[in-house]
Amino acid sequence: MTQESQVIQHESAHPTPGTYFKVAMALSAITAIEVAVFYLEFVRHAIIPILVLLSGAKFILVCMYYMHLKFDDRIFSTMFVAGLVTASGVVMALMALFRFFA
Amino acid sequence: MWAFLGSDCMFFGSLIATYLVYKNRSLSGPLPVDVFSIPTTSVSTFVLLMSSMSMVLAYAALRRNRMKTFRIWLASTALMGMTFLAFQVFEFHAFANHEVVVDCTAPIGELTALEQSVAADCEPGQHEIEKQVGLTPRTNLFGSTFFTLTGFHGAHVTLGVVWLLSMFFLSFKKGAVTPEKELNLDLAALYWHFVDIVWIIIFTVVYLFGVFPGF
Repeated sequence: MTQESQVIQHESAHPTPGTYFKVAMALSAITAIEVAVFYLEFVRHAIIPILVLLSGAKFILVCMYYMHLKFDDRIFSTMFVAGLVTASGVVMALMALFRFFA
Repeated sequence: MWAFLGSDCMFFGSLIATYLVYKNRSLSGPLPVDVFSIPTTSVSTFVLLMSSMSMVLAYAALRRNRMKTFRIWLASTALMGMTFLAFQVFEFHAFANHEVVVDCTAPIGELTALEQSVAADCEPGQHEIEKQVGLTPRTNLFGSTFFTLTGFHGAHVTLGVVWLLSMFFLSFKKGAVTPEKELNLDLAALYWHFVDIVWIIIFTVVYLFGVFPGF
């Protein structure tokens, strides 16, 4: 692939302002749901997995659309995910080491 | 930039892990349940999320060579970043000057651990007691880890705001910020969105989980 065609692919890859706006609305809605769930008594027993799922969804939306990982070369995703996986490993290892789960 | 963001993930991962490990090991209050205000932090979270939207709109405007629109969105992003920082300063100040008012006649079982410690100073016949129990990095383990984590995030936001304002003022210099040099803005935008996703994690893990009993 020539440099020119790579640039063209990069140019056309980014979402439109309309998509950005829709993502922002989704992010706002998820945050509102997070806060609402927090105050709902009947979901108390499942609140932690629900909040993890909701914040995970926000995280993925920002990474895929605003940080345009969905449209970029896979090498960028690999570099970022590698750091993310290592960070998650560090978090889990530290928590296990200090008996957080005990 | 992606390598840097990957390494910054590990940096914040370590800080979040340290916060979680020491979360329930403070010997005295205030604790998260005593000081956190979820509605206030929800608003600042919303502001930061919206700043990410204005950032991508600034980027889209630059790619279309609409310099006036680009400047408006970029300035909005920096302004929302500064608003988020103002919320953080307000929050830190409120935590450091946290006051507890306890009804001395209330059943002890209805009081939090911090309120119980304040109620212990009630004189016989006294109806209400008010005491300042501020949270600083030196107060307890929760204070140390909380201020370190959110303080470093605030420092990242501050750096982002300086970066965005630099680009805003540079855009008035002919040829400094052009659609051909979009990569410069893209790098600033990636950094800004990273700061946003770190806050998404902090808001859930530190604030929402922090107030939730039993976590």
